[in-house]
Amino acid sequence: MSDDSRTAERRQFMLDAARMACGVGMLGVGLGLYAKQAKALPPAAIRPPGAGPEKDFLGACIRCGLCVRDCPYNILGLAKPEQPVATGTPYFVARTGPCEMCEDIPCVKACPTGALDHQLKDINKARMGLAVLVDKETCLNFLGLRCDVCYRVCPVIDKAITLELRHNERTGSHTVFEPVVHSDHCTGCGKCEKSCVLEVAAIKVYPIQLAKGELGSHYRIGWEEKRKAGGSLVAPDVEHKYNLPEGMRYESGKGLSPVPGGEAPASGGVDSLRVPNPGANAAPAGAGPRHIPGGGLTSRMSDEVPR
Amino acid sequence: MKPGLRIGQEALEAKGWWGAHKWLVLRRASQLGILALFLVGPWFGAWVVKGNLNYSLTLDTLPLADPYVLLQSVLTGHVPEKLALVGVAIVVAFYVLVGGRAYCAWVCPVNMLTDLAGWLRDRLGIKGGSHVSRHARLWILALTFVLAAATGVIAWELVNPVSMFHRGLIFGLGSAWVILLVVFLFDLFVMNRGWCGHLCPVGAFYGLLGRVSVLRISAVRRQACNDCMDCYAVCPEPLVIKNPLKGADKGVSPVIVSSDCTNCGRCIDVCSKDVFVFGPRFKREEAPMSGSAPAVPNDQRNFRVGSPS
Repeated sequence: MSDDSRTAERRQFMLDAARMACGVGMLGVGLGLYAKQAKALPPAAIRPPGAGPEKDFLGACIRCGLCVRDCPYNILGLAKPEQPVATGTPYFVARTGPCEMCEDIPCVKACPTGALDHQLKDINKARMGLAVLVDKETCLNFLGLRCDVCYRVCPVIDKAITLELRHNERTGSHTVFEPVVHSDHCTGCGKCEKSCVLEVAAIKVYPIQLAKGELGSHYRIGWEEKRKAGGSLVAPDVEHKYNLPEGMRYESGKGLSPVPGGEAPASGGVDSLRVPNPGANAAPAGAGPRHIPGGGLTSRMSDEVPR
Repeated sequence: MKPGLRIGQEALEAKGWWGAHKWLVLRRASQLGILALFLVGPWFGAWVVKGNLNYSLTLDTLPLADPYVLLQSVLTGHVPEKLALVGVAIVVAFYVLVGGRAYCAWVCPVNMLTDLAGWLRDRLGIKGGSHVSRHARLWILALTFVLAAATGVIAWELVNPVSMFHRGLIFGLGSAWVILLVVFLFDLFVMNRGWCGHLCPVGAFYGLLGRVSVLRISAVRRQACNDCMDCYAVCPEPLVIKNPLKGADKGVSPVIVSSDCTNCGRCIDVCSKDVFVFGPRFKREEAPMSGSAPAVPNDQRNFRVGSPS
């Protein structure tokens, strides 16, 4: 073979290889970008218990569907190509069918690759997502009703969801039972979202990274540090002082009462409220608060006086 | 193929319908039978096989896993559980025995689609189309591995028509039929044997797996070849036939050792002279010739299922 023909052959080989590399490379760029996109799991799609973060799950799950098959409640489905979840991977939607939290976790056992972590033995330790009461404007409990459905259906009742009581400012005479989700117990099963009685659920399960805030690593919570240290870390511990009207004192359960001895300015730890211009007040100087017209401060602030 | 005759016409006349379609029928029976085993569970509640071709559990005991998807998973940095590894070992051992691309011809559901496209192409007389090297699938195979390692996602599974079809039939097709239609039309109009023969990295992977496979097709009676060309015309990978069939002068073994051969057996069907048989790759000696009517030795008959009448 002559040198020329060998050069031509080599040249042809290089060109063929370049053509192939470029063609396949184009496919690769497209598919690679699509794969990056595929990591963005829509918030409504929840992975089965034991699934790791999406970036790990999409490498570990081989899309066999055994978890789907072994789910006794048939809540899992494999994503179809047109759905915004990585093709062939399992997920469920809390609003249509939440996880029933089987104690033996058959979906995890069925997983052949460990994409659903076989270390998960206690379903209460699953973290499929985190329930968030997203809309306080429509939540019936916030409107003052005793709906409580999300609280009642929660498989980890009184731990994952508690009802926090507070005064109903609107009626002035009722209590609001605010459902509060606690991330250290919520499994993200979605039963609360499923059973929310509204047209659109006011409580929803979100991926934990969307739902959860995080303190700066340098933050310290004072009362926890104090508890850990067994005492105040600020020395000396400053005694709390009430800002009270002059000549009054406060006792827990009794409310305000005049300091014995009447006019003597309050001292010994009680800051007196000093009236800038006593002469302008209706109460003459030296008169006790009990003489103030309209019942007086004492009767109005005392716990014993009926309001 | 003689002028005016369709592929396999001579074989049909010489061997009868069954003789000229035996391997095709067995192959379709295998493809549909495997699919049926997967489907009786979801359709009738009789659970024989759970899962799909990526991983399946038969009778709650036998794990079978696709080594290709598992390898991609490992490349993303995941270490699979024991059951998947056992499944891979069984599957690899099986295909090393029966020929890697037997997966394509005997198991893969897309093959039925592309075979249909190939058949239709022949019937409608569609010629030509785009050309790309059959090595393209190896490049694409390499690409899928690179993507798995680079993105941490089993990227090929996002678009793989093979698993999409099989999974779709069992778990719900959704819009996957569009992708399959694209594959079908691509094979029909754009590229002859385009998908399975040129592009599919799954087939390329199983081809590599079958480089040392034991069960092969052999042109044991190549002296009897009458150059009708039917085997070339019907073969999805015609390049694999040439040397074993015509290389007697150069001392080339009659065994089709190319791992691109899918062991589909259509060449056996369409050959009116019974040139081809299934056999182990180590069997190198040729059938003895006896005049113009060569007899097939008994030891080679053993490798056929039934014998042509």
